Amino acid sequence: MLEKALIGSKRYWIWIFVLLGIIGVGFIAYLQQWKYGLGVTGLSRDVSWGFYIAQFTFLVGVAASAVMLVIPYYLHDYKKFGKIVILGEFLAISAVTMCILFIFVDMGQPMRIMNVVLHPTPGSVMFWDSVVLSGYLFINLIVGWTTLGADRKSVPPPAWVKPLIYLSIPWAVSIHTVTAFLYAGIPGRHLWLTAIMAARFLASAFAAGPALLILLVMFVRKVSKLDAGTEAIQSLAKIVTYAMIANVFFFLLEVFTATYSGIPGHAHPLKYLFFGLDGHTALVPWMWTATVLAFLGLGLLIFPATRQNEGILPIALVSVFVAAWIDKGMGLVIGGFIPNMFERVTEYTPTATELAITVGVYAVGLLVLTVLYKIAIGVREDTAGEAEHH
Amino acid sequence: MSINRRQFLKIAGASTVLGLGGASVVNSLKRGGLEASQMSPDPKGLVAKRWGFVVDVSKLESEEDYKRCADACHNIHNVPVFKNDKLHEVKWIWKEPFENTFPGTEHEYMSHEFKEKNFLVFCNHCAKPACVKVCPTKATFKRKDGIVMQDMHRCIGCRFCMAACPFGARSFNYLDPRGKDTDGTPLIKVENKTFPTRMIGVVEKCTACYERLSIGQQPACAEVSNGAIVFGDLEDPNSEVRKIIATKYTIRRKPELGTQPSIYYVIGGSEHA
Amino acid sequence: MYNSGKIIAGLVVFLAFFAFPFYYNLGKANARPEPKLNTPVIQQLAEKKCVESRDFMRSEHMQLLNDWRDSVVRDGNRIYVNAEGKKHTISLQNTCMNCHSNKKEFCDSCHNYMAVKPYCWSCHIQPKEDKS
Repeated sequence: MLEKALIGSKRYWIWIFVLLGIIGVGFIAYLQQWKYGLGVTGLSRDVSWGFYIAQFTFLVGVAASAVMLVIPYYLHDYKKFGKIVILGEFLAISAVTMCILFIFVDMGQPMRIMNVVLHPTPGSVMFWDSVVLSGYLFINLIVGWTTLGADRKSVPPPAWVKPLIYLSIPWAVSIHTVTAFLYAGIPGRHLWLTAIMAARFLASAFAAGPALLILLVMFVRKVSKLDAGTEAIQSLAKIVTYAMIANVFFFLLEVFTATYSGIPGHAHPLKYLFFGLDGHTALVPWMWTATVLAFLGLGLLIFPATRQNEGILPIALVSVFVAAWIDKGMGLVIGGFIPNMFERVTEYTPTATELAITVGVYAVGLLVLTVLYKIAIGVREDTAGEAEHH
Repeated sequence: MSINRRQFLKIAGASTVLGLGGASVVNSLKRGGLEASQMSPDPKGLVAKRWGFVVDVSKLESEEDYKRCADACHNIHNVPVFKNDKLHEVKWIWKEPFENTFPGTEHEYMSHEFKEKNFLVFCNHCAKPACVKVCPTKATFKRKDGIVMQDMHRCIGCRFCMAACPFGARSFNYLDPRGKDTDGTPLIKVENKTFPTRMIGVVEKCTACYERLSIGQQPACAEVSNGAIVFGDLEDPNSEVRKIIATKYTIRRKPELGTQPSIYYVIGGSEHA
Repeated sequence: MYNSGKIIAGLVVFLAFFAFPFYYNLGKANARPEPKLNTPVIQQLAEKKCVESRDFMRSEHMQLLNDWRDSVVRDGNRIYVNAEGKKHTISLQNTCMNCHSNKKEFCDSCHNYMAVKPYCWSCHIQPKEDKS
């Protein structure tokens, strides 16, 4: 099926080469980091995880969100998702690929990555995270490729894939739960030490992931003959709505406990994020932007009139996606380190090199996504064409 | 018995893999060569069930007292000194004021002097270390004598331990420790030729001078502290550390987190403190 | 064979490209490394012997060093008893390099020949050498 990715319009190839160019720039930036060490980033002794790990955390959510298509389609036999469930699985593959790359570029000694396998440590959450993430990548590769292959021949997928598909459901939940446990099990980081972390992660993932997917589906509809149909889009939009309501609700629960209890350690990171601490306010504009976008997106999604308007829906979805990205991709990880263990504030700003590497990794993800979507669309267009001829 | 070409290839392939695998296992057993019994601790070494420290800050009076302890450690361990680039600082032992050492304990009626009184902080060698729990490669681990060790050969530089340590005791080599500071001076002024440096991309911290203990010496900071830092076996009721803990009021950093630090601070001092 | 011209041309290009290291080095003298043992410390030794036999050290020194490393750092064992029952302190920097203070003529001569780059020296301080 790979040959489908090798035949495309001029615009397709321009897009591919633009991505390759961005990847090249990111790679050169990474070579610089390889040579001089993580000192080329904005990370410090106090804020020892930053943009890379935050993107990783956010993208695990995007990967997990494929389950929001798999459950309705395979468990509830919701046929309307039949055309796009493959797009969800392929988005998951692209997202997990980026997750693995973000972990890799964050490591001080990337050549020693196999030490995690050589000296397996079941007590470490990071060990389990590497297990569930690579497992999820394989499950989605196998399921996506096999179902699409069967579809191409217009036969039902082989029976042995079914158990794998069912397995992918709890597995998707596990990847984001385990990622939340990276943070939620650490003593002494008050912003992270919260039982609701995994639930909040899943809620924000099931809002941001499907929001991105709807945008992709709308784009695919524009550039190809693959049309998911209005009903599928609207069903997904409702999923985004409920998940975002849960996400905002969970976040407000955090705010209540931290502020009403009045325990200083719990309140400090939130105070830093939204109002600044000791005159340090780097993240304040970002967090308020996220707040405004979250409520704007929710407002537009909750009212059927705006949700069903396909001119307005993308605005709502972009708002939700960006809000979730700022919350998880910036606030959560950086906020956990501020103030530091000595109640001092060291701020963090990513450097140009760090941003170039980040954008490079995103370009790799987009390239994987483009190629996979090209294949899926190609196969679907063929089978649709045949159906018309018969 | 006849087999077709496909079956033959399958069997041949499988037996090759097994054969190679088997051979390499045998080889590695043979090559392993060394027996565990060939290696043993130095009989001169100091031993304990659980090493711990008592830091009596009343005996740390001048700026010089703190500096002597920190320098002794940093010099013999080739710890790079970042004078300008504080973001990428590496430190094993340093001073922190009371209000930063014990956050949440200070109050508005406390004397200014006391709030600002400096403490010496370093790795607590916790009985239940959060850093050891989270390490995905066992690069940081707990020795039988209670020391929380760091195996710089194995560290992959994921920095999970830095996120997990509630005491900010860990430093990461963001830059080459053998490199230069922003003003062009070398980060390690004078190398101690008998101890390694670290390399870029690994985490390091106080190792309770395991290399000195193993040949019967006290940790460097304790040795030069004029009695301000006492080192000993917390499990031995007759040890000096236990005697101090039994007779004086001691506090530990963040005991509520349950990591059970092994540094006990004596505040003591004059009545006006 | 379809497209035989293209396939054969492709194979020729492929072979020419991948065989490059072989014919590039063809006929060049490739002297075998001779690690030097003439350091002052070794010359003063009554019995010129490493911690284990020469053959063992030649083939197994990397494994020995790995075991030594884990033994010191992870188990706190600092004394090594060799096949003859003699004791040595386990330390690359203080035991090995004390005798083999000529890293360039000893370690590097073979490592460069074999194109291996052990990362020992990123942390362990190599002895000062006059010659470069």
